[in-house]
Amino acid sequence: MTAPLAAASHADAPLMAARAVRVVLGGSLILDDVSLDVRAGELVALVGPNGAGKSTLLSVLAGDLDPVAGGVEVLGDALARTPVRELARVRAVQVQESQLSFAFTAVEVVAMGRAPWRGTAAEEDDDAVVTDAMERADVAPLAGRRFPSLSGGEKARTSFARAIAQRTRVLLLDEPTAALDIRHQEALLVEVSRLVEEGAAVVVVLHDLSLVGAFADRVVLLREGRIRAEGPPHDVLTSALLTEVYEHPVDVIHHPDYPGPVVLPVRAPRRRPATGVHDAVPSPVSPIPTDQETSP
Amino acid sequence: MSLPARTSNGRVALLIGGLAVAVVVLVVVSAGVGQLRIPPLEVLSSVLRKVGIETGLPVTHPNGESALWTVRFPRVTLGLLVGAGLAVGGVLMQGVFGNPLAEPGVVGVSSGAAAGACLVIVLGWTAMGEWGVALAAFVGGLLATVLAYLTARQNGRTEVVTLVLTGVAVNAVAGAVIAFMTFLGDTQAREEIVFWQLGSLNGTRWVQVGVAAPLILVGIAGAALVARRLDLLALGERSARHVGVDVERLRIGVIVLVAVTTSAAVAFAGIIAFVGLVVPHVIRMLVGPAHRVLVPASVLGGAVVLLAADLVARTVVPYADLPIGMLTAIVGGPFFFWLLRRTRRGAGGWS
Repeated sequence: MTAPLAAASHADAPLMAARAVRVVLGGSLILDDVSLDVRAGELVALVGPNGAGKSTLLSVLAGDLDPVAGGVEVLGDALARTPVRELARVRAVQVQESQLSFAFTAVEVVAMGRAPWRGTAAEEDDDAVVTDAMERADVAPLAGRRFPSLSGGEKARTSFARAIAQRTRVLLLDEPTAALDIRHQEALLVEVSRLVEEGAAVVVVLHDLSLVGAFADRVVLLREGRIRAEGPPHDVLTSALLTEVYEHPVDVIHHPDYPGPVVLPVRAPRRRPATGVHDAVPSPVSPIPTDQETSP
Repeated sequence: MSLPARTSNGRVALLIGGLAVAVVVLVVVSAGVGQLRIPPLEVLSSVLRKVGIETGLPVTHPNGESALWTVRFPRVTLGLLVGAGLAVGGVLMQGVFGNPLAEPGVVGVSSGAAAGACLVIVLGWTAMGEWGVALAAFVGGLLATVLAYLTARQNGRTEVVTLVLTGVAVNAVAGAVIAFMTFLGDTQAREEIVFWQLGSLNGTRWVQVGVAAPLILVGIAGAALVARRLDLLALGERSARHVGVDVERLRIGVIVLVAVTTSAAVAFAGIIAFVGLVVPHVIRMLVGPAHRVLVPASVLGGAVVLLAADLVARTVVPYADLPIGMLTAIVGGPFFFWLLRRTRRGAGGWS
């Protein structure tokens, strides 16, 4: 299928790049001196504890937030000076919360991802691209359903389909697997990996570090608004680093049958359930109001 | 065309066709009904004669022809325009607020426009004639829209509670201006002010139609132009920007369009509330929320509702011309309440 996934003019030049980005929100420093290259054919995972600045970094790359210092380049040009429509042909974004003001159907929502290509030659492929995106996100059976009637996971997959229907070289995903069951988590990341193989650059915020270990090409570990470590999963997802950054003991297991490291939090042995719990009779609650509650 | 259009094409065609037929029937019937009755066929033949097609069927009543062209048709045409304008104003406002309860009357745009018009009447700024009233209404309406927009929105959304309370505040201020003008004005001005507040098409002249028509047509054309972008705005401002919508520019454009359509309607017909709420909502229930369909269907639907309301206003009590705003409020008020309850249940609270 003809798609704007063709490789960048110089294979080595980054499609997007954050340069020494500093972000201040509500008086507090959220990102400090963060630089990141986004290259074609690479799946970059942003990881780190809550409040480390992962989503903020993604917002800066998406062009939603203006950094107070530093900047973002898109195909070599400053993002701040790129028109929104042109930007929408280079990068697609899936945000965490999928809100919708009116009850559009799932297929209408996915078709919204084609908006940047209106009036271009690519518009002719709209129907095929939308159908393909819905199949890839496993939402084809939901096509006629109204978006507000979908479950959280179905909404997330529909939003993912919308993002990939945009057919951009860069894909920015903020916790796309958060609401998904195991099957759909795997399916989504397999799909993302396929897009990366086809030449896309993907930046994804993920909390599940085992998923990161299995799918990411490069891991960026953030801590308190700075990049603490960056590199392939085997180098970044180590017990020592994760234990330090997450402030919780973390084990990393290398299993010969799994691609990438498996990350597990260290847990205390499970407490045995007390016997007789199921026999306990709940104490009755009197429905009769007391004297004080009865109005005269 | 895209996928979603294909699936509901039949229903859309049926709806648009049905509404168009209803508009034509209501125009003909409405023009013929009154103290002086003119049969529908004679009304049609009179219209055809005006555009140069001789049917050989004259208007039988000696005053019929002049009653049609100096009293009835201006009124019916203005009703058509005002209904379309109010409905489009509602569609635009709901789209840009991202809330199906936003409506020019509820939010206070209508009373803002009425306050502007009252100023002109009482202070006697007559240099620009009918255009002066329209312009003042536009300024008042625009101020009210901007005010409501700036205060009601948070993080790109408008909570229902905030929206309704903002409407209370804007309506209160506009009401104060109108009250002060009522106090200042002479008897004739007071009568005119009462007319704004009740809403009526009584006494419409072609001059007024001539001013309202271009404004409302611009509003409709503008709404058709931004229809697709309004669809995308439903994703939320952030995601709309991600798919290439210049949200800031769209917002400003839509706010101006709301003020244009609403003020043009209010300037010559007074405050006719709830048309912009009920019409788009019913159409969304029938054919979904896509604005490419919603805009034209609401234009027709608004015209149908207003023509029907005006017909009732003129005929339900013999020899009396009821205020049309009262009629739309009788139906619209409970509808608004029902919608509010439903939205509340859906959202799990008053927000």
